[in-house]
Amino acid sequence: MAAPYAKLPGWVDYGLIPLINLVVAFLVAGLVVLLVGENPLRAAALLVQGAFGSGDGIGYTLFYATNFIFTGLCVAVAFHCGLFNIGGEGQAYVGGLGVAIAALTLDTVAPWWITLIAATVMSGLVGAAWAFIPAYFQARRGSHIVITTIMFNFIAASLMVYLLVGPLKPLGSQVPATRDFAEGAQLPRLDWLIEMFGMNVRSAPFNVTFLLALAAAFGVWVLIWRTRLGYEIRTMGFSPTAARYAGVRDTRIIVVTMLISGALAGMMALNPVMGDQERLQLDFVTGAGFVGIAVALIGRSHPAGIVPAAILFGMLYQGGAEIAFEMPNISRDMIVIIQGLVILFAGALEHMFRPAIARAFGGLAEGRPKPSAAVTR
Amino acid sequence: MNKFLPGTDPLMAPYAIELAGINKSFGAVHANRDIDLAVEQGTIHGIIGENGAGKSTLMSILYGFYQADSGEIRVGGQPVTINTPNDAIALGIGMVHQHFMLVENFTVLENVMLGAEGAQLLSGGIARARAELERLEREYALEVDPSAIIEELPVGLQQRVEILKALYRGAEILILDEPTGVLTPPEADHLFRILRQLKEQGKTIVLITHKLREIMAVTDNVSVMRQGEMVATRKTAETSVEELAELMVGRRVLLRVEKGEASPGAVKLAVENLTVRDSRGVTMVDDVSFEVRAGEIVGIAGVAGNGQSQLIEAIAGIRRAENGRVTLDGEPVSVTGEADPAMLRTRGMAHVPEDRHHMGLVLQFEENENAILGYHAKDSYVNGPMLDLASIRRDAAEKIEKYDIRPPNCRLKTANFSGGNQQKIVLAREMEQDPAVLIVGQPTRGVDVGAIEFIHKRIIEMRDAGKAVLLVSVELDEIRSLSDRILVMFAGRIAGERGPEATEGELGLLMAGVADETEAPRTKERSTEPETEAAE
Amino acid sequence: MGALETFILILDSTVRLSIPLMFAALAGLYSERAGIFDIGLEGKMLAAAFAGAAAAAVYGSAWIGLFFAVMVSIGLALVHGFASITHRGNQIVSGVAINFIAAGTTVILGQAWFRQGGRTPPLSADGSRFTAIELPFAEAISGVPVVGLVYSELISGHSILVYLAFLAVPFTWWVLFRTRFGLRLRAVGENPGAVDTAGISVTWLRYRAVICTGILCGFAGAYLSVAQNAGFVKDMTAGKGFIALAALIFAKWKPVNVMFACLLFGFLDAVAIRFAGIEIPGLFEVPPQFMQALPYILTVVLLAGFIGRAIPPKAGGQPYVKER
Repeated sequence: MAAPYAKLPGWVDYGLIPLINLVVAFLVAGLVVLLVGENPLRAAALLVQGAFGSGDGIGYTLFYATNFIFTGLCVAVAFHCGLFNIGGEGQAYVGGLGVAIAALTLDTVAPWWITLIAATVMSGLVGAAWAFIPAYFQARRGSHIVITTIMFNFIAASLMVYLLVGPLKPLGSQVPATRDFAEGAQLPRLDWLIEMFGMNVRSAPFNVTFLLALAAAFGVWVLIWRTRLGYEIRTMGFSPTAARYAGVRDTRIIVVTMLISGALAGMMALNPVMGDQERLQLDFVTGAGFVGIAVALIGRSHPAGIVPAAILFGMLYQGGAEIAFEMPNISRDMIVIIQGLVILFAGALEHMFRPAIARAFGGLAEGRPKPSAAVTR
Repeated sequence: MNKFLPGTDPLMAPYAIELAGINKSFGAVHANRDIDLAVEQGTIHGIIGENGAGKSTLMSILYGFYQADSGEIRVGGQPVTINTPNDAIALGIGMVHQHFMLVENFTVLENVMLGAEGAQLLSGGIARARAELERLEREYALEVDPSAIIEELPVGLQQRVEILKALYRGAEILILDEPTGVLTPPEADHLFRILRQLKEQGKTIVLITHKLREIMAVTDNVSVMRQGEMVATRKTAETSVEELAELMVGRRVLLRVEKGEASPGAVKLAVENLTVRDSRGVTMVDDVSFEVRAGEIVGIAGVAGNGQSQLIEAIAGIRRAENGRVTLDGEPVSVTGEADPAMLRTRGMAHVPEDRHHMGLVLQFEENENAILGYHAKDSYVNGPMLDLASIRRDAAEKIEKYDIRPPNCRLKTANFSGGNQQKIVLAREMEQDPAVLIVGQPTRGVDVGAIEFIHKRIIEMRDAGKAVLLVSVELDEIRSLSDRILVMFAGRIAGERGPEATEGELGLLMAGVADETEAPRTKERSTEPETEAAE
Repeated sequence: MGALETFILILDSTVRLSIPLMFAALAGLYSERAGIFDIGLEGKMLAAAFAGAAAAAVYGSAWIGLFFAVMVSIGLALVHGFASITHRGNQIVSGVAINFIAAGTTVILGQAWFRQGGRTPPLSADGSRFTAIELPFAEAISGVPVVGLVYSELISGHSILVYLAFLAVPFTWWVLFRTRFGLRLRAVGENPGAVDTAGISVTWLRYRAVICTGILCGFAGAYLSVAQNAGFVKDMTAGKGFIALAALIFAKWKPVNVMFACLLFGFLDAVAIRFAGIEIPGLFEVPPQFMQALPYILTVVLLAGFIGRAIPPKAGGQPYVKER
């Protein structure tokens, strides 16, 4: 069946509609702010101030954004193949294991950049491995990838707790974490980048992983739109029958796509583990895997949309912390609400405003000739 | 168009159903255009037409599944409004859908009760329903075990359950949409006996089909639909298969295609004893054998749904065949194993699929991306793992010019091209690969007149360039004007072979499954002997 | 303590731990049997737990708490219905959204209203909390070996919601297989076309199914915060909604199986809590984390068809569009 809705210009589809969805999500979030007796406008001002008002604010905003770029890309790559990888959270979590293995092995013998390369590879491998089983089961045994990836999130959580309270914990330590990484596994900060704009950074953990994330975004763009594999992924995502006709092997494509998706999620672990905490500890992902869903939806699964969407969410995370200082009734959990509303309006209800917008544009386009009825059947 | 309305005697009982001026559009598609129809009480009224002629849409309107954009419906002489299936049921209209509307893991009884349970609790209704069902089964000789699970029943019995469902709801008018599509011939004959019996009990039956044999076998009156219009109504006794076939297909005004003599060369594609089943296990292609030589066009004619689609999909490696052998340019193709369309392409098989929207194109892609679909691993389009976009776009632009694809913009989204131009995108892609064998399915379906001529010329040019062309079309005129040999498919088998000079009536008989005793076995025999002369 | 006592205590805590799973899995059963996937059980349960504890604290009545829990849960269920039935949105995305909205809102409102770090005020046993019900003679026969212990410790001494959960199992079975509504609900999850052509509104039927889901998620949430615990704490569902989902799949969408699956998963949890690790003599120690992950592992294995086959309702996850 053809698309149920009239065709709209590209800028409406990729610009206006996501914007409207985003605005509605924020308006509803504003209602919640009103409900707890605070002024939504003041909250918004505090948010922006907190996120961009200082060097540290920007540093933190971009630090969070780094996580969300990775997880957003993870969700987006799978979306392009028509798959919903809801397991970014777990893949990122076990990705931390890859980071830790590389870091603990190399931190005393190698410079940071060698450790970073090794950790990137390892985190990607472990993240991909964690996505492999759900992918294989989906492709070969028909088990729903959404359910299996959810299950794998929980299995990952149990596995990590087990490792961190057991084998990975240094003897005598009471903290469920690995030992602190030595200098060879501590990533350099990017403070100079912010200081170039005349601001000071004291403590923000904004680090080179951000550049890696941008490189990953560029890599995903190349992969999806410039390679044969990306072409096959998109063919599969748009039309499995056309993919079959074109000789694209579905099992292979599903598995490969999920491996890439899982690897991207796994690499997210670099940022908090090596860039901030400098040890592997419990729960370092803090929901970034799920934020990736919102980021991918808002960014329309395109890296050029994902990076700004990730920065938007980075801003929410950082600015939200600032609001919490000023407004006792609002904590950072406000962000979780906004995140949920964004997913609701930009994802599940994405078509809600479409008919009305299509009507508005239909009205404008009334004068133009319609495509002839004989053409389609 | 002149209409012959049967039984215009005003003293007769009112018509069971009258439709007047029914119109229905889906977006730009006018599925029903000013339809008038009158169905006499207590008769079997056939509605015949090709796939996509608008028959099912019309009946869905009558059943309240869709609402007409304009027009009037009268039931038993009274104007009525049918907004939901409930309204239709209340008016005594029942429908047996083409795809059964049954819950497969329910019992027969549960399916029959669904929506007519009688009370909030099932316990009361079940006993009553069972009794009523047994009465109906006795009265109409429609035996089926009420506690059987639907998915365990053969399709013939599932259909019986659909009929029982309608009767259980007190249907006086029964609409059957392509009821024999999934039935074996004996099952179909049994269905017809049931229908006659229902008629004797005073029910009115509307039978929708594209099969002429059924119309002749069981109906009292027949209406013919073509491209959304009702083109004629006849008394079955006073018409013939030939007349109906012609009305159904229509005499399309086609510019005669300029075509020289064929000079067939070596066998490029040989198909032997090919058998293909669909996902439900129904045999769609039954032991088919034929061959196509270089420099000839072999046309496969037939009413849609007689296995042509499955045949070409199996040859093209998209659908796994149950049995049989296919050789491409003398080398065997593993049609029964892991299908691999990509490998077949590299071996010189090009395929223009019947359904360009779902198979031949990815509508969300840019034009140039579709111009490489299936060939995206070809050396000229890639640099290692990367797509060579410059080369792809240059190539696409060349094809756009050569095939006069409009608008001439290879960056435009494919969905924004018209049907004819979309088809040209597919043709350009497949023809320009210099294939040994070209399979073309429905080349001009949904294509504007201007593009039809162009497409036909290109197909002839391919033949003259020494390609082996296998053409499948439900457009008889197209088959006749392009083919050097014509194979007619009926019920999954090759019903006969004719030369291009065969008359429409002659082909129509074959398409209707009127047995061709002399030809059918000969065709089979011949195709297994590669040395025999091709056309007669 | 003897082995028997220990075992009975574990069973007792199995019951307590499996009740929220049972309510939530049965809740999911209504929705998924009607063809609407619901991964938002967690969120509805969490919102209900908060609403229940908040209302019980404010009005001093557990029953009023339960009422509010159910209402809030229905509200979120209707959001899910609005997105996935009316607007034919992606049911997974909608479920994810609801989980986040619930997770954030409960904390924000809790902090704004009660200022106890997202907690609700502790509920006392004076009627603002569902308390244990002593069944007749429990005290009297507790001394009788085995039977007495089982009766007094395992069967007696639970809150009313526990007994309701066990009643909800046969009740759901009865609704599903003995009522008109149940027949239609099962039909719409398998073939909405059959329901539509039988003259029944697919939309209204599916809305009623998600409302049922809302009601039972409300019970699940209220149990957590008004019966099992004396108040709401942040993220108190802690993934129980997803274990319930796993149980539902594990039970192949059948009510009685749901009860057993929930008891099994509850048992695994109880064992993991009771023992830090289980020693398989002479071999190795099974870590408690493994026990916690076992429900998820079992579900994955089942879904992959290695032990039986879990086949979801045929029309599940797809919005109903009349075909052309």
